Amino acid sequence: MTAYHTILPEQVTTWVRAGRTTQFPVGAGATIKVGDRQIAVFYFHRTDRWYACQNLCPHKLENVLGRGLTGEQDGVPKVACPLHKRTFSLETGANLNGDCPPLAVYPVTIRDGEVFVGIDD
Amino acid sequence: MQHIVVIGNGMVGHKFCDLFSRHPRRGEFRLSVFGEEGRPAYDRVHLSAYFTDRDADKLTLAPRAWYAEHGMELRTGERVTAIDTGQRRLQTARGESYPYDYLVLATGSAPFVPPVPGCDREGVFVYRTIEDLDAILDYAERIRHRTGARCAVMGGGLLGLEAAKATLDMGLATDVIEFAPRLMPRQLDDEGGATLRGSLEKLGLSVHLSRSTTAIGGNGCISHLEFADGSRLDADMLIISAGIRPRDELARAAGIEVGPRGGILADAHMRTSAADVFVIGEAALYREMIYGLVAPGYEMARVALGTIMADADCGCMPDAIDLSTKLKLIGTDVASFGDCFPETGTARSITFHDEAAGVYKRINISPDGKRLLGGILVGDAADYNMLHQIYRNGMALPPQPEDLILGARGGGGDAGAGVLDLPDAAVICSCENITKGRLCGALDAGEADSVKGLVACTGAGTGCGGCKPILSDLVDNYMKARGKVVRNTICEHFDYTRQELRDLVVLKGIGSYDAALDELGRGGGCEVCKPVLAGIFATVTAETANPQAVIQDTNDRFLANIQRNGTYSVVPRVPGGEITPEKLIAIGAVAKKYRLYTKITGGQRIDLFGARLDQLPPIWEELIAAGFESGHAYGKSLRTVKSCVGSTWCRYGMDDSVSFAIEIEERYKGLRSPHKLKGGVSGCIRECAEARGKDFGLIAVEEGYNLYVCGNGGARPRHAELLAGPVDRQTAVRYLDRFLMFYLRTAGPLVRTAKWLEGLEGGIAYLRSVVVDDALGLADELEREMQGLVEGYRCEWREAVETPELRARFRPFVNTEETEELEFVPLREQQMPKPW
Ligand SMILES: Cc1cc2nc3c(=O)[nH]c(=O)nc-3n(C[C@H](O)[C@H](O)[C@H](O)COP(=O)(O)OP(=O)(O)OC[C@H]3O[C@@H](n4cnc5c(N)ncnc54)[C@H](O)[C@@H]3O)c2cc1C
Ligand code: SF4
Repeated sequence: MTAYHTILPEQVTTWVRAGRTTQFPVGAGATIKVGDRQIAVFYFHRTDRWYACQNLCPHKLENVLGRGLTGEQDGVPKVACPLHKRTFSLETGANLNGDCPPLAVYPVTIRDGEVFVGIDD
Repeated sequence: MQHIVVIGNGMVGHKFCDLFSRHPRRGEFRLSVFGEEGRPAYDRVHLSAYFTDRDADKLTLAPRAWYAEHGMELRTGERVTAIDTGQRRLQTARGESYPYDYLVLATGSAPFVPPVPGCDREGVFVYRTIEDLDAILDYAERIRHRTGARCAVMGGGLLGLEAAKATLDMGLATDVIEFAPRLMPRQLDDEGGATLRGSLEKLGLSVHLSRSTTAIGGNGCISHLEFADGSRLDADMLIISAGIRPRDELARAAGIEVGPRGGILADAHMRTSAADVFVIGEAALYREMIYGLVAPGYEMARVALGTIMADADCGCMPDAIDLSTKLKLIGTDVASFGDCFPETGTARSITFHDEAAGVYKRINISPDGKRLLGGILVGDAADYNMLHQIYRNGMALPPQPEDLILGARGGGGDAGAGVLDLPDAAVICSCENITKGRLCGALDAGEADSVKGLVACTGAGTGCGGCKPILSDLVDNYMKARGKVVRNTICEHFDYTRQELRDLVVLKGIGSYDAALDELGRGGGCEVCKPVLAGIFATVTAETANPQAVIQDTNDRFLANIQRNGTYSVVPRVPGGEITPEKLIAIGAVAKKYRLYTKITGGQRIDLFGARLDQLPPIWEELIAAGFESGHAYGKSLRTVKSCVGSTWCRYGMDDSVSFAIEIEERYKGLRSPHKLKGGVSGCIRECAEARGKDFGLIAVEEGYNLYVCGNGGARPRHAELLAGPVDRQTAVRYLDRFLMFYLRTAGPLVRTAKWLEGLEGGIAYLRSVVVDDALGLADELEREMQGLVEGYRCEWREAVETPELRARFRPFVNTEETEELEFVPLREQQMPKPW
């Protein structure tokens, strides 16, 4: 867990190349590996927005969030963990339906059809 | 401090404690309860529910701790053996003696067992306590294996019919024996009794009227009954339900006055002939009657407590006690209220009789046509609550009183809407004595906005539960009157129920989730509505989980069950559980190669655990090459049709159950539904395939198959109920088509067949009318739709491994070829995920 902490856009020191936009599913997520860390990247096609968060679900510590269903609750984009349906905000990482610790979320940017995720190391 | 002692911890004795615990002056008294039964009071009215789950805790009215928390002393398993009204003391079977200031007798009643020779034989039971039911269940289990095992029920009254339906549901052929010339002689007239008989016979009960039992024959245990007319009836067991006798023995011995035919004499304050001794419940004889229903018993508890506490408004028992009842659990509606058989000349009767539909209704109205005096409803008691209220509150009748039972013809009147017209003083819940005014008050104050809320804040409906339908009418109409509608809508993005959404998808020809969101929904969708729509598309166009993978539940998206450590399990289909050695070896080879943990499942197939996401496509390629298909173990879809070995090998088998199971599994494989679906086929009534624990089950009998539906195992096991039979295989499949399609169309999300049936108004009888009698005229359409789905089947794993774009989703990381590192630990020569 300690390997993951939220990065605000102004804290980014490195933009990691995640892949071409076409390699990511439309309306869902996929996972990338950054060193030992796994980061889930989501594309919300209806709002044309990208999000990234740790792949590790804080509830049972399994690397599964990238495979979860995405959705929106009162305008907040979210992901539901496939194991026990805990939902997390992709904007703040907060657990929306329980008292799990928040997820680390990361900024995402698109340049020339490539997806980049911001980290600070 | 004065000491109140209650003898008897049954339903009414408990109600007394419950009222005491809420009384403002309870602090001035001490209360002790003695109960002869070993457990705290339980809900006898719903005793038959025990047959389905054998869960005694669910029937408990209040746990032992509740008594302690409220400062009451509960002594169960301690029978009171003597009362000394002069010394004001009582004695118990443990030889101890206790003083009292006030004594409340709530000793209830015992089943009446007629003095027939042989009534002490093994296999003869009564129906009153949990222990009785345990004994019945155990014995039924023993005799079930005899060919043609039969159970007889002596008594065709309210309780007898309930018991008979229960043994029928256990799978025993059941005979009901009634002394009178009609069923339920106390509640029904001849025509009503005959109508009821017809419906019960359709359910499979055999009814024998005007039979007086003279002997219970057998050698040690019962084998048959003998009747006064010289006839006999074979029976492997007998349940006697021939009426009740008040338990007045204690009072009688203490010199307290009892009635000539039993029952402890009570005045309008429930006082007995002894000073400060009260009697309540079924033990009480009030106005020359014993009342075998809870509501009058609860009223007695209220009056007795009020009298002891010297409440200013304690009131007394009414002169006429309402004996209206609506039967539960007998497979068809029966209700009677008020005066069911008025003497000629004192009333005018209006009857409605539809022989084919098994419906009979009769209302008796005053000669001037102004008041409803009583009535009988058989086969359709939907109007009971309303009619009962009109009767109880003496409300004015409409100019054409026949509308009350025929439905407002052409007027478009809404049955149940009249509940808002009831006076505020109308008692809606008679167990808890809660008026319409109190309920509407709670709704007005915003304390509740649903039936559940009303039950929680007022306590209405917590007794016999008979008022629940009228509570729900009240809530619906109250909300409607205020422009609010209560519906089970899917989520914030779709303001529809699943059924409405499905109808709209069909009507508008919507083919994708995005189109549905655009046309019917709002916002961005979520993890609730996405899989619901995915399931709807599957039931409309047989769409597999591949084209719209991202809206599927995660398991469907990856066509495998996610397990604890994020790995998946793989389950190839093994129709009917029949598998060749070659195929077994092929599964073994795959498991060995990928180091998968293997286990036989409850559904007669093999589960391979521990596959990484990236390993799923190559594993399936190998399985498909060996002739396997997806087993859909991951989906809300048809899982397995379990079979016993059947007549090809088994010496008891009536039919080749394996072939039939394979045929059915092949037919419905890939069918996606609101929840998982399981089936079973047994070759005879020994039921080795446990088909009645499935959503649909077929059991071979001499003349064909009996089709059972809506059962399940799991956390709340339920036996499937008989839908039709015996029928031939072809008919069974047609009924199954209709049943499954009807379920696919109308069930809410994640509602399994058993729960769906519970929510279906009219229950199994209604379902039968739709599936077997085609009451809705839908049968052809349902069969056609199912045929379309059957023909639309494709193996979605084959689709996924053969299409490169679909295969991409099994790549674990977009930016590297690396695979996941997972930790396993050894387990009995295999491996399992490292514990959390
Ligand atoms: C299967 C079934 C279905 C029913 N369905 C309905 C229905 O649908 N609607 C309806 O209104 N009613 C129904 N009834 C009737 C209802 O259950 C009774 O009216 C109600 O239970 C009566 O309550 P009671 O407290 O008077 O008697 P009970 O519930 O019988 O309680 C009396 C208790 O006193 C104990 N006792 C007796 N003597 C002594 C002693 N000397 N010392 C200590 N303890 C003693 C007994 O062991 C017993 O536990 C049904 C009954 C049965 C059996
Ligand atoms: S259920 Fe099947 S296996 Fe069991 S006894 Fe009957 S035919 Fe034989």
